Amino acid sequence: MAQPPIKNNGRLLDQTIFTKFLFCNPSIMIFLASLGLFTFGVTILCEGFGLGLISTSFVKTLGKTLCFCIIAIAMDLVWGYCGILSLGHFAFFGLGGYMIGMWLMFARTKLIVIEAAHNALLPPTPAEINDAVGAQIFGVVGGADIPLIWSFADLLWVQLILVVLVPGLLAFLFGWLAFRSRVNGVYLSILTQAMTLALSLYLFQNESGLRGNNGLSGLQYLPGLEDVPQEIISIWFFLGSAFALALCFLGAMVIVKSKLGNIIQGIRDNEARVRFLGYNVEGYKLFVFTITAIMAAIAGALYYPQAGIINPAELAPIASIYLAVWVAIGGRGRIYGAVIGAAFVSLVSSYFTGGQAPDIPLGFGVLRWTDWWLVLLGFSFVAVTLYAPNGIGGFFDRFNRSGDV
Amino acid sequence: MKKLLIASALVFGVASQAVADIKVGILHSLSGTMAISETTLKDTMLMLIDQQNAKGGILGEKIVPVVVDPASNWPLFAEKARELLTVHKVDVMFGNWTSVSRKSVLPVVEELNGLLFYPVQYEGEESSKNVFYTGAAPNQQAIPATDYFLEELGVEKFALLGTDYVYPRTTNKILEQYLKDKGIAASDIFVNYTPFGHADWSKIVADVVALGADGKKVGVISTINGDANVGFYKELAAAGVSADDIPVVAFSVGEEELSGLDTSNLVGHLAAWNYFQSADTTENAEFIKIWKEKMGNKRVTNDPMEAHYIGFNMWVEAVTKAGTTDVDKVRENMYGLTFPNLTGGIAKMLPNHHLSKPVLIGEITADGQFDIISKTAEVPGDAWTDFLPESKVLVSDWQDLKCGMYNKTTASCVQLKSIY
Amino acid sequence: MATSRSLLMYLKCLKLSFLGCCMLIFSFLNTLVFVPSAGAQTFENLLAKHAPLIQRSSSKTVAPVLGEIVEFGGPVVQKFLSRWRSKDLYFLMESNQFAYTQDLGDDRIKLINVETGAAFATVTKASIKQIKPNSGVRAKISASLIPFLLASADPKERATSLDALARDFNESHLALLDAAITTETNAALKRRLERAYRFGLIGFGRDEDTVVAAIHELEGDLSLETRAVLNPLLADKLYVAATLPEGINLARRIIPGKTTKLTDGAAGRRSIIGGAPAELSVGAAYNMLVDAAISPALVSIEARNAALADAIKDGRIGVEKAAGLNNETARSAAYSRLVLNGSATKMVDKEAIQQAVDEAVFYAVYDNPSKKIVTAAQTTLASIEGQVNLYKAIDLLVDGLSLASICFLAAIGLAITFGVMGVINMAHGEFIMMGAYTGYVVQLFVPNYTLSLVVALPAAFAVTFAAGVVLERLVIRHLYKRPLETLLATFGISIALQQIAKNIFGTQARPLTSPDWLDGALAINDVLAISNIRIAIFVLGVVFLALLIFVMKRTRFGLDTRAVTQNPAMASSMGINPDRINMLTFGFGSGIAGIAGVAIGLFSKVTSELGSDYIVQSFMTVVVGGVGNIWGTLAGAALIGTLQKGIEWLNPSNTLAAQTYMIIFIILFIQFRPRGIVALKGRAAGD
Repeated sequence: MAQPPIKNNGRLLDQTIFTKFLFCNPSIMIFLASLGLFTFGVTILCEGFGLGLISTSFVKTLGKTLCFCIIAIAMDLVWGYCGILSLGHFAFFGLGGYMIGMWLMFARTKLIVIEAAHNALLPPTPAEINDAVGAQIFGVVGGADIPLIWSFADLLWVQLILVVLVPGLLAFLFGWLAFRSRVNGVYLSILTQAMTLALSLYLFQNESGLRGNNGLSGLQYLPGLEDVPQEIISIWFFLGSAFALALCFLGAMVIVKSKLGNIIQGIRDNEARVRFLGYNVEGYKLFVFTITAIMAAIAGALYYPQAGIINPAELAPIASIYLAVWVAIGGRGRIYGAVIGAAFVSLVSSYFTGGQAPDIPLGFGVLRWTDWWLVLLGFSFVAVTLYAPNGIGGFFDRFNRSGDV
Repeated sequence: MKKLLIASALVFGVASQAVADIKVGILHSLSGTMAISETTLKDTMLMLIDQQNAKGGILGEKIVPVVVDPASNWPLFAEKARELLTVHKVDVMFGNWTSVSRKSVLPVVEELNGLLFYPVQYEGEESSKNVFYTGAAPNQQAIPATDYFLEELGVEKFALLGTDYVYPRTTNKILEQYLKDKGIAASDIFVNYTPFGHADWSKIVADVVALGADGKKVGVISTINGDANVGFYKELAAAGVSADDIPVVAFSVGEEELSGLDTSNLVGHLAAWNYFQSADTTENAEFIKIWKEKMGNKRVTNDPMEAHYIGFNMWVEAVTKAGTTDVDKVRENMYGLTFPNLTGGIAKMLPNHHLSKPVLIGEITADGQFDIISKTAEVPGDAWTDFLPESKVLVSDWQDLKCGMYNKTTASCVQLKSIY
Repeated sequence: MATSRSLLMYLKCLKLSFLGCCMLIFSFLNTLVFVPSAGAQTFENLLAKHAPLIQRSSSKTVAPVLGEIVEFGGPVVQKFLSRWRSKDLYFLMESNQFAYTQDLGDDRIKLINVETGAAFATVTKASIKQIKPNSGVRAKISASLIPFLLASADPKERATSLDALARDFNESHLALLDAAITTETNAALKRRLERAYRFGLIGFGRDEDTVVAAIHELEGDLSLETRAVLNPLLADKLYVAATLPEGINLARRIIPGKTTKLTDGAAGRRSIIGGAPAELSVGAAYNMLVDAAISPALVSIEARNAALADAIKDGRIGVEKAAGLNNETARSAAYSRLVLNGSATKMVDKEAIQQAVDEAVFYAVYDNPSKKIVTAAQTTLASIEGQVNLYKAIDLLVDGLSLASICFLAAIGLAITFGVMGVINMAHGEFIMMGAYTGYVVQLFVPNYTLSLVVALPAAFAVTFAAGVVLERLVIRHLYKRPLETLLATFGISIALQQIAKNIFGTQARPLTSPDWLDGALAINDVLAISNIRIAIFVLGVVFLALLIFVMKRTRFGLDTRAVTQNPAMASSMGINPDRINMLTFGFGSGIAGIAGVAIGLFSKVTSELGSDYIVQSFMTVVVGGVGNIWGTLAGAALIGTLQKGIEWLNPSNTLAAQTYMIIFIILFIQFRPRGIVALKGRAAGD
């Protein structure tokens, strides 16, 4: 607690206070500066705009990693600061992806259908266009009709609102139910895990109307912008993700440095005591849970257009556990720690599964990284929890006086 | 962190441009749920490449395999495909098992004009310019097997059991329509979907047995995928369902799946494929011998392996003919190429990117193999099924019509890109 | 009764004439054999004549061939047919001849003549071809063998003939059966014969009263065969007419879009909410009218559009631009103009369809013309149906219990490590997997399945006990104060163990085969059956429960464990070594997971992902039941098992939905009972 809490009386965005806030927290400046530098570097070096030293697939990987950083920040807020170990935040991430995916898929298919109809003698009726879109989207999963939940799929702005609204509502409802009945600790973790499992099982069903196991695909194309090559689109999304990350980082810092931040950390450290002080603990927890769910959803909405496909397996409980592990490795209770953890683990993962890592010849055989990488990862989780409970962020604490633990 | 990223990006970039060999990308999951099936195909590809290199490679150059692990994660398939095509600059890719992984890769290969050989039986209703489908289309597996049920076994009531994903959904949709056309009432078709890896089969098996209560002969058409089959067949055996009373024909159960089972109680149940290990030809004996030498005596061969075998050899021939690995030139040289099947007869690459292959129906034997009891002449693969009204009018011909989705009635190309 | 007796007499006469016929043929054959020069029809010649059809047989073409072969008669034929059916028949290409074989080894095959049974040549494998009839053909062969087998001296063969009879019964078998019943000495077989005869009578009997009597005798018989015989009697077909005709065996009148078909064949009113859909939709009914040439054919939307497209010339229909036809109203208007021009047929509108359908009579008629038989079948089936439903309900409950016992078995180890000790062990699933793989490895070395199971159970316990102890010593011990971090560390262990298993055993599923006495099922009747392996798992669950209760409540170890978990400091001051107790308790819980792994592997599959299938579910079982209490875990498993089966029963075609709704139910349940079903009270309930 090196910093005194800032008294802001709700005028946080006031220019002078905001600047002061930034200067009081050099870690924000450092982070934003390095993120800016990194973004600038990648943009210069990529194939789309610049020198072509970084391939498009790697730009996509980096862009997706930035999205992981956003959800890791959300996780750090809810777990590292508020003490709720949610093992279900990927449910919100996935839902965000589904909401934007519906628009991407519907609008793109509609354009294709309209273009194909140019050859027809009779101009198509709106119903015919809809039917053809339905047949294209749902034909592969044995259906043809467009389900009710796709009613607004043609309208980008509605789907954009839904990106925030649907996961936010789900988180609010779930959190309200869970916190109200004082489910906490391990029980809450298992309950959140059950939630994401139920959601993924629900989406796995064809009846869910979201193409079951197939999920939504072809999301890397922006409707109407088919001619823009992926080299450019990937950079757009990369920049968008970087901007969102910067915003989320700022937002998260504002929250943790404010009075609210102190209270939620109090809840983390001793919930009962905060309650006895007269705070509405459930309200605070619900707020943090919902806000982080929305952050996760935004990250998801940026992630899946870069991945190109979303399907229910993305929401499986294991993804959310991995998320907790990223934050633990990065060092929880430090927003930048979450970012480092997510970036580090997912990039290293990508390196080892990519087949680039050279095999290590041992005397009796060859050690292939594709075979042994997960073993190494697993044991390094153990090592980190046992020997470096502060994660990678712990090393930075020595240099960063303002880092609070 | 930033330095690390840029450094690794540089490494990627340099690594991709230095080598001039012919590169073959292998895009099969080596971890995750699908590793059970796909690892075998990776090994098959490595074996085929070794064999070709021993013969001197292609065009005087060595073939270098590039193996990546998409880890049964569908988005990762797209990412790894892009990586293979842009970073490693592979000349061709062999890969994928599940339809959803193929749908994930499709936009990438079409965008970057890559070449993918897809070796697994699938649901059809697709024809991409950049994909060669060396596995069976529905008319090369599902329809002949259903005909066998109808005509040879006199089945009157059908239970279509499947895992809940694209292939069973679409195949069952086609089969339902086909059966209705053949005069089977809708009430005599029972459809059930179970999740991947389903283990609790007792109720479903009991339901299927109870279908026989109206005196009609019941048959099961199973599109159950992967290791869920183990539990299904165990429950079937426990319930004492004999193949004489309720025959089961499976489209996703091959030698590999049976190796995880004691088959003595399953003798007589059926599977339909284009290849069985028990096929009695010299080519097959040779193939099995090399495979066992490489992988050990207990390993079996299966249909997708043969698909890769045919696909790879055809690709080698096409590259040799074209004198280059340029995708478009190779593609044009693929049409009409022939290569002997491991089961006898000749496979031919059709302009719709499918093969013509014989359809085999085998009965499970006690030693985990199949006894081939029916073999048709070569059946040309059909991208768009003739049994659904909306696809009946479509044909695919990349050679002359240069269109994968050509409407015969309006004589126009519906669209060039695939439906994802 | 009088008529039925006369029918029997008639059948007996038939039998006599059949026997006479056989004798005639036999003497005829004798003459043939003894005078071979007179255009002899030897068995070999007969086979040679049909060689192509026997070689590549199809159940569509094989019947006449079989007919001729059976007509030939004699033990030669029986042997030939049996060999053919069991794929023991070979064909020599060069001599167009069939033969039996005997493998002499070293690629030498002795050929045996099918007629004389004499060895006649020794050849290599390559020169002969195995004849592989498909199962359709095999069924036909089996049916042809029935007369031979029914007359066989071996009771086993007579029994197999009855199996074949159940699959393929035709009218000629009635007489055969009747003859066989009189001569049968084995009481059990006789009962089966009589039963088969009764089924035959119902299917093919000519006399109404005999059939009705036979039907009534089946009352209360729950077997599938009985229902399979009775249900076809109630088959009906739909008809349409202007007025209801007289003299038909009417099943029901149908009001399209309104009535449903009830199980007894009568018509029921369609309920507005839920319920079965109407039997016949208005559209389908109209199509029947069209087929019966009562109403004019509909002009489909597609046909209308095609007509419009045909009428387009230079982008216009008449004076109107075709580009304006991008909505339904414009299209209908344009089409009506075409109709007015006389260049298209008028479309039938909705009211006209409804009116035509309302004016006609739709009805269903039983295929069976006899009202008496249909009524008898209905009453008998109704009596059976009630019992069937009862047993179905019991079966559902048993299924639920079985699933519950599997849940319980998977979760019981966790009930100790998580429930009692409070350690969140995400690697619990991998301990189950280790147990299953131990079973597999044991089977590699001990080929006897029963013995291997006896070895595997303690071996699995030992292996996972050791693994648990190691895990506790190296990792968990350091994290007792940080329970949520145990979760992360053990998750790391879990993915590492899974991958290690994959690297060692490969990704393929490995067989773990149950001994013969665990195969098969305990069938009370054709409705209620449960596989032995599930019973064994249930028993194992009960044994574990008893064992655990005993260990926890009655042994020193259990007392120590409870003491340490409640208050380690106090326990330690009482001379208990908490470190040791924690280690042993954790090992104990893990060991039980290992044994559960063997059981689970036996009934499903052994893969490296086996454990991850059960982990979330196991945690839910423990949490729902109530942490810290073994009875709670039992209650949780029972709730989850029966609930899931119940939901599955409501929506049988979608298993995933059942799982989804079950989890949602659990989430809601936890809201109202956050401490689970069996909540600890007082001090023990502290966080």
